[in-house]
Amino acid sequence: MTNMAEDLKAGAPPAGTAPAPAPDGRRRPPVAGNGRRSSRERKKRTTDFIIYAVLAVLVLALMVPFIWMVSSSLKENNQVLTVPIQWIPSEFVWSNYTDIWTRIPMMGYLQNSLYLAVIITCLQVLTGSLAAYGFSKVCFPGRDVLFLCYIGTIAVPWQAYMVPQYIMMQNLGLTNSFNALILLQAFGAFGVFLMRQYYMTIPDELCEAARIDGLSEYGIWARVILPLSKPALASLALLTFVNTWNDYMGPFIYLTSNRLWTVQLGLRSFVGQFDAEYAMIMTGSVISVIPILAIFLIGQRYFIQGIATSGMKG
Amino acid sequence: MTTKTITPAAAPAAAPAPGRGNRKQARRNTLIGWTFILPNFLGFLAFTLIPVLAAFALSFMEWTSFSAPKWVGLANFQRMLASDSFWVALRNTVVYAIGHVPLTMALALLLAMLLNRKLKGIGFFRVAIFFPYITSLVAVAVVWNMLFSPDNGPINQFLHTIGIANAPGWTSSSDWALPAVIITSVWRDMGYYMVLYLAGLQAIPAELYEAAEVDGASAWQRFWNVTIPSLRPTTFFVVVMLTVSSFKVFDLIVVMTNGGPGRATTVLSQLIYQEGIGEGKFGYSSAISLVLFLIVLTVTVLQFKIQQRRER
Repeated sequence: MTNMAEDLKAGAPPAGTAPAPAPDGRRRPPVAGNGRRSSRERKKRTTDFIIYAVLAVLVLALMVPFIWMVSSSLKENNQVLTVPIQWIPSEFVWSNYTDIWTRIPMMGYLQNSLYLAVIITCLQVLTGSLAAYGFSKVCFPGRDVLFLCYIGTIAVPWQAYMVPQYIMMQNLGLTNSFNALILLQAFGAFGVFLMRQYYMTIPDELCEAARIDGLSEYGIWARVILPLSKPALASLALLTFVNTWNDYMGPFIYLTSNRLWTVQLGLRSFVGQFDAEYAMIMTGSVISVIPILAIFLIGQRYFIQGIATSGMKG
Repeated sequence: MTTKTITPAAAPAAAPAPGRGNRKQARRNTLIGWTFILPNFLGFLAFTLIPVLAAFALSFMEWTSFSAPKWVGLANFQRMLASDSFWVALRNTVVYAIGHVPLTMALALLLAMLLNRKLKGIGFFRVAIFFPYITSLVAVAVVWNMLFSPDNGPINQFLHTIGIANAPGWTSSSDWALPAVIITSVWRDMGYYMVLYLAGLQAIPAELYEAAEVDGASAWQRFWNVTIPSLRPTTFFVVVMLTVSSFKVFDLIVVMTNGGPGRATTVLSQLIYQEGIGEGKFGYSSAISLVLFLIVLTVTVLQFKIQQRRER
């Protein structure tokens, strides 16, 4: 406080708050300056409080669908759409969560989703990070043209080429199998792009130092670049996993037999068959969201980073 | 210090300059580069690049599941322009985009401004608002379908309590089905764009605001003259991404309304699916795909041009 008053008296910019320019400070008498500062602090506290209140109301409103989903999953069917709305079930029907496993082959669906998501994520991360190394740390003719091809296809909507893809898979005899989805989704251009963006920020000098030390390019990739790019690998792995888990159209087009269905397809078909079983439908929805919630809570930092990097440099 | 001494010796390995011995180095680099790229490239070539090119070629061919491919020039496009369902789908897609893009953008920016401050527990709010974006689409569609339920659905009950007597029928009414889909998708997507805006806001130097405050700018003036111009690159990116994703909208509609009631929510992607995979008209559906691609491309290029002119 005293420090600031002295600075103001001297007409020099206050040391603590460097950016506040001098001319303004000189016009203002020191006493008024002190008074203004404490009132400003009080003002800040009230605005903070208002912001908290606004945010709390807003987030609560945005969470209503989730709240309603969980609450309905614990009710009897005829309690779901009541007037007035019952936010807390009058009687918790936990049996929904035990019955659903016998009503539909939920366990099989979960296993299928998990299998697809794990395989596709592993392949995407492995091939994506390898290719990204080639595109960012090795110089060879034609590299940039090739990379442009990758970028170009990101701009083409997937729906525009899903029909040729389908014809191709049909001719290969791969429709109605997991292999079709794995082949289609494991080599995405997006993964290469995301990893390359990150590798570009790693200084080339590091690779060169490793080259001098006698490491091969594969050694540099495995022992220098990969350990440095853990955050980007985590972002890509999480985004791919969640996208595969949530994918509806891919499985919808390619998987016809019930035994191969993913959680999303299983849930959708359950809704189609028993559209009045409101509570059970909500139970299924909750179960389909829980794995994603768990993964998201563990890795939320990487999600947000991944989106911010892949987004801003695009 | 160490890197400085090493750099000159290592430079040729990374960037082959013209000279003796370097051609061998370049060939070696090409080989190494390709071995890194190949595993991904094979899959990418076979399942993305070739289908993309095939889609272009197919749109000029007559090919169904019962007949061999035959070059027909622009016949597919003529048939498409004469088809009623194409125009309905195009109109629905455009209406969806007109609703979805500005609403998502405005709400994402608003949320980002609210969340761009150092407060205890602000991370929780960010995470909560982002979460809908990664929730599975089927669950989202199913829950919102019930929320929108015309008789006793929570949304219409709420509308009744605030005094709206004849609340809309939402997904069961052909006028209100598309708005219902738009509301759901705005709710789902705004967290994602909020993250992009947040990154943009955090890149604005604090000095700009302080200088504006010293000049006596009000909060509104600071928003209008500092925040908005500084966010222009982010906004450009957000608008492009949002427009592209609006024209691609597919799964949300398939799960929520499946194009109905009637054709009230049928969109272009869905038409491509129905004609191509549903009915096996490969050539005709590719023609619609080409139109979809051209719309997306035009929008992107147009916004890019506008952005460039503004920067000058």
